[in-house]
Amino acid sequence: MNISTSLRRAKAPLALTAAVMLAASACGGADAGSGGEGGDKLSGTVKVDGSSTVAPLSTVAAQLFQQANPGVKVTVGTSGTGGGFEKFCAGETDISNASREIKDEEKALCEKKGVKFEEFSVANDGLSVVVSKDNDFVECLTVEQLKKIWEPGSKVNNWNQVDPKFPNQKMDLFGAGTDSGTFDYFTDAINGEEGASRTDYNPSEDDNVTVRGVSGSKGGIGYFGLSYFEENKDKLKALKIDGGKGCVAPGVETVQNGTYTPLGRQLFIYPKASSLEKPEAEAFVEYYVENSAEIAEKAQFVPLNAEQQKELEKDLATLREQHS
Amino acid sequence: MSSKVIDRDATIHQDAPRLKGKGTPLRERVFHLSLWVSLAVAVVFLASLLAYVLSEGWSRLDPRLWMNFPDYIDPTQGGAQSAIMGTVWVIGFTAAYCLPTGILTAIYLEEYADPDKWWNRAIEINIQNLAAVPSIVYGILGLGIISRGLGFGQTVLTASLTLSLLVLPVVIISSREAIRAVPQSIRQASLALGATQWQTIWRQVLPAAVPGMATGSILALSRAIGEAAPLLLLGGLTFITFNPSGVQSQFTVLPIQIFNWISQSRAEFVSLASAAIVILLAILLAMNSVAIWLRNRYSRTW
Repeated sequence: MNISTSLRRAKAPLALTAAVMLAASACGGADAGSGGEGGDKLSGTVKVDGSSTVAPLSTVAAQLFQQANPGVKVTVGTSGTGGGFEKFCAGETDISNASREIKDEEKALCEKKGVKFEEFSVANDGLSVVVSKDNDFVECLTVEQLKKIWEPGSKVNNWNQVDPKFPNQKMDLFGAGTDSGTFDYFTDAINGEEGASRTDYNPSEDDNVTVRGVSGSKGGIGYFGLSYFEENKDKLKALKIDGGKGCVAPGVETVQNGTYTPLGRQLFIYPKASSLEKPEAEAFVEYYVENSAEIAEKAQFVPLNAEQQKELEKDLATLREQHS
Repeated sequence: MSSKVIDRDATIHQDAPRLKGKGTPLRERVFHLSLWVSLAVAVVFLASLLAYVLSEGWSRLDPRLWMNFPDYIDPTQGGAQSAIMGTVWVIGFTAAYCLPTGILTAIYLEEYADPDKWWNRAIEINIQNLAAVPSIVYGILGLGIISRGLGFGQTVLTASLTLSLLVLPVVIISSREAIRAVPQSIRQASLALGATQWQTIWRQVLPAAVPGMATGSILALSRAIGEAAPLLLLGGLTFITFNPSGVQSQFTVLPIQIFNWISQSRAEFVSLASAAIVILLAILLAMNSVAIWLRNRYSRTW
């Protein structure tokens, strides 16, 4: 800490350069309207970190919130769900983004460090299994078939091994990188164990790579977030998934009403209890929850349905009571 | 390239009789050709990269890029101001930490240390090994020791110290080379005229070594400017709408911002990322120009 004060002197020329370079700093974006309550008097910082899946959601929330409360600085990082909880439990962040519920060992870690938290489900997310537009022989896969393709040690490399009715077509596999929440989620939902997956596929943290790979290969198959499919509808075909109750196409309604299983899920934020004592963090979480539909839509996620929204508001009401 | 260096070579060659046989043997032509091919590979790749990035980012290369903060609702209005300023702050402090330390270390190792002593040799080998350590390892070190151990948190200070450690070996090695290139006779003459060792170093050796040290240091800082991996590990932010205001500030830097935008699915982010890459390249080019200018301005012939 002493180092920083003694360094204050050194920063003068640098600050000057900064001032010259940015003589006028304009802030971008028109006012989005939907103002939060209590507005202009709040100040301080709110640190958000965690899942890169949830980050766009929290970023949009932060941006809208800052337009209504210019004094509050909200920052969003993308350390991943696991990495986010690690920092969260070390007390370094105020809110952790998560694309799954907190694990028991992460709970234990937080408890050990004395970090108490709340849990809010803020949006829905769906994974889509995609094939190339050129693929005309498959419309629907069962969870068992997906498992056969993706389970650890799987040697499936031709579509006719999945179903003898499929033609003799070489299979090219694309999927999420092992660090991503998408990978954790897909392996858990399909193979029954998080992290269990065959390894001889083309992994990428960047879903655009998967889009390019699958769209360029007739026998290609890959998986990623539903919103990515919505944006690449012209290049890819999303398969219906049979989770035991018939084929269900991925989409907003099927994810919301829970029929698109097991590849539909909820996204969470975990605010730290002690951070909620800070008025700016509490205001941010309230804003996030109250405007979750607008935020989800702007970030291109599947918003909560009426029932989920009601539950969310009930959670918020409970929280308010605790703090008043 | 330094024109002075070439000039000096040219004058040497002018004095000597030009040695060249009649005609050019095939071997020589093949050798010449291979030189051209190697050069072409480097230049073509760089040029095509530049052309690609410029064509992708051209539509976004306007004041929005440095006047605005990131915007995830309407990417067309977004900019990279916080990342540009974060980069300026982090690299500024990295220079402030690593240049004095690196240059002083180099002076010690070249001018004072006894190369026959085993500990000095151990230090040398260690420094050379450190230069080859992957940058992510420095990130782990920064997170564990500087961010958490010293309690500096995810701040400009932590990032600068981590990047300083990363480029310190390069600064030391290049500064040592520059000091070693100063002819021994200069030192001997200075000492013979009654100067102390410190006066010799300060008035003769250092001024003569400035061009080499400056070039090496700026190349080292150029490496630091492009690093994303160690900073990501420290908790690189991808959405931040304010500029650093001190060493205790949170920050993001251009490579992290570019990395994040590239992996967004919307096409607007890709052109934004390309425009940010152009900015990063412009900063790098500016730094390298300073290195060239310094070298030309201060280079001496003996």
